[in-house]
Amino acid sequence: MIAELGAFSLMLALAFAIAQAGLSAAGRIRRSTVLAAAGEGAAIAAFAGVAVAFGCLVHAFVTSDFSVANVAANSHTEKPLLYKVAGAWGSHEGSMLLWCLALTGYGAAAAALGRGLPQGLKTVMVATQGLLGSVFLAYTVFASNPLARLAQPPVEGRSLNPLLQDPALAVHPPFLYSGYVGMSVVFSLAVAALVEGRVDAAWARWARPWALAAWSLLTVGIMLGSFWAYYELGWGGWWFWDPVENASFMPWLMATALLHSAIVTEKRGALAGWSIFLALGAFTFSMLGAFLVRSGVLTSVHAFAVDPKRGVLLLIILGLTAGSGFALFAWRAPQLAKGGLFAPISRESALVLNNILLAAATATVLLGTLYPLIREAMTGEAISVGPPYFNLTFVPLMAALAILLPAGPLMAWKRGDLAGVAQRLWIAAGVAILAGLAAFALVSPRKAFGALGLAVGAWLVAGAIAELVERTRAFRVSARESLRRLTGLPRGAWGMTFAHLGLGVFVLGACFELGWRGEAAETLPAGGALDVGGYHILLERVGQVEGPNFDADQAILKVTRNGQPVCVGRPERRVYAVGGQTTSEVAICYRGLSHLYMVLGERREGAAGPQWLVRAYWNPWATLIFFGPILMALGGVISLSDRRLRLGVAARRLAEQPA
Amino acid sequence: MSWLPKSPKARRRLTLVAAIAPVLALAVGLTLWGLKDSISFFYTPSQAAKANPPAGRPIQLGGLVKVGSVKKSTDGRVQFVVADRTAQDQVSYQGDLPDLFREGQGIVATGAFRRDGVFEAKQVLAKHDEKYMPRELAKALKEQGEWRGDGSVPDYAKAQHP
Repeated sequence: MIAELGAFSLMLALAFAIAQAGLSAAGRIRRSTVLAAAGEGAAIAAFAGVAVAFGCLVHAFVTSDFSVANVAANSHTEKPLLYKVAGAWGSHEGSMLLWCLALTGYGAAAAALGRGLPQGLKTVMVATQGLLGSVFLAYTVFASNPLARLAQPPVEGRSLNPLLQDPALAVHPPFLYSGYVGMSVVFSLAVAALVEGRVDAAWARWARPWALAAWSLLTVGIMLGSFWAYYELGWGGWWFWDPVENASFMPWLMATALLHSAIVTEKRGALAGWSIFLALGAFTFSMLGAFLVRSGVLTSVHAFAVDPKRGVLLLIILGLTAGSGFALFAWRAPQLAKGGLFAPISRESALVLNNILLAAATATVLLGTLYPLIREAMTGEAISVGPPYFNLTFVPLMAALAILLPAGPLMAWKRGDLAGVAQRLWIAAGVAILAGLAAFALVSPRKAFGALGLAVGAWLVAGAIAELVERTRAFRVSARESLRRLTGLPRGAWGMTFAHLGLGVFVLGACFELGWRGEAAETLPAGGALDVGGYHILLERVGQVEGPNFDADQAILKVTRNGQPVCVGRPERRVYAVGGQTTSEVAICYRGLSHLYMVLGERREGAAGPQWLVRAYWNPWATLIFFGPILMALGGVISLSDRRLRLGVAARRLAEQPA
Repeated sequence: MSWLPKSPKARRRLTLVAAIAPVLALAVGLTLWGLKDSISFFYTPSQAAKANPPAGRPIQLGGLVKVGSVKKSTDGRVQFVVADRTAQDQVSYQGDLPDLFREGQGIVATGAFRRDGVFEAKQVLAKHDEKYMPRELAKALKEQGEWRGDGSVPDYAKAQHP
């Protein structure tokens, strides 16, 4: 009964989404506030409908109602409660429902929170959001209904893929999807601005909070996915340039570019067309990501059961929405007002350069991701594009960006002073060079590239601090005055500092880990040992443990350094009775910022009894890789709380301006 | 500078072009170089025999693990034979096999041929779950008419009984 209620309210939501689009569009054409308000009401009702449907799906999972096909395929009575709930979005159908929930949720939020927006702009935005909602809801209802019933329900479900039964992955999709879909509001706002024919500072001020919120959520989502890959796949790495990782990374790069170009549009009225282009592009890449993941056209860990029909449908949706958005752009953008002028050396130019580099980086990632498809379509040869390609193309572009980054915030608007910027940054440059030289001289083995990367990371961190020092005039005025300035800084400035600091921290961690990671693998009998990164790892024994829905071999690994006990690692090799799948549970021993990462491999029969393959990685400073993005997202949240970005303030300021 | 255009608009356009051009050139150059050198081809054993990639060039080799061919040594080295309908290759691999590595199942090995013709694998990927098959492999097998769904082992991958 509850599943039927869910299916019904999902259809109701589809009807409401269509009504939302229709009523709002009619409201805009007839300039009727009544119709427009009805459209906004429909937006909230559509969200309520999807929320009820989603609640019903979660209920079906929690109560293990195997008469629902999706539950039977992805759940099991013995699964822990968290993974029963997470199972609701662990499959293709469920994840599309989550997508719709986020999409209608943002639609409702835009309708409810956008009070300060001009009526016409808001109505077109709600209409666009309604159109997007109708398309994706129609897809969910007709092509991948998560609440479809089975005529003959099985007694027991087939359970969720054990690799996905993990806390980080349970919360990874909600974050990622709220990030992906948050770009839809920016997309709708861009469409609305194009329809209304007006893109100005106020538009950028309205679009920025949505872009910031989506960007922060996406940052956390990508980080969680990477962290999952790090400790669940047991390969010792945290980023594999897998097509699905790229699919989530490209919208992030676009959104990052948008956040920066929107600043120029907001402060100086320039780059309006480009900001709109990025706003359209960010959601297009989000949809491309959904298509790549869901259609299974590319080989990936994340590819769900492949159904070509669904892939084609998603491709049509992608083509239609992105196509009409960009067609509108091509038609209307030339009529947009051109913004203020600026000198080649200025804050504007620095942000333009940032955008050029980010756009070029996105393009190389896109090409690398799609090249196997293109190549196969043209020549029929199957190829794969792996990390070497991305290291060669993406990394130099990002390195250039990182080297230029600290100078940007110190530049003045309109006309900057290069000598002045250099004067303020020479201490940071000195710190960076010293850090690089120290890393080259002190860390063994000697690695020039690793040291260079560390220098870049130190440059970013020192640059962010130098910017803070400059703003507070520290060491030039009294400490109390500096403190007063520090507490008086706008939240937006803090947000930027945190985000740039986070990037620096990430670069430090990534370069140290990639440069100096150690790896060892050996087949050990009980009592055998191996060494990695100065640590001695002794396999004491392998015992049996029983989990809620798996049995596991658990190794007791005693770690010592110079004879002193350090920690005990308990990596597991789990066998899930349902599906017969084996997964490895990694043991990580945290040593400051560094990780000692231990994996229990397969059992082999040796001459003198059983032996186990034990792999260990020494990942120095690996914590920073995941901490950096958290700092960045935190920067986004802090910036979001800035009162300048609140919609009411923007509207009041606009009202004060003479029309 | 007198050669600069007079109008500020044209000047800004020139600045933009001057900023974009080097980045674009860098990106395009790196991309072309990257796509030429750091892509790896996917071959089944018979395709590899035909294409004959030079020793040491990284490729991906996909096929079915021949039943009875897997030999594990105590030092962690694994030897097995990857086969398709007409050809087979000896693979040598040092490391942990994926959890779903089974005889008679499809795998994709990343690595390079040695001079002696043995494929030295750096990484071996098997299906991630019962629904998943490396796409290139599924396609190559389908083209050869060897796709029978999961679980059935074609004759050439079966052990030969004397």
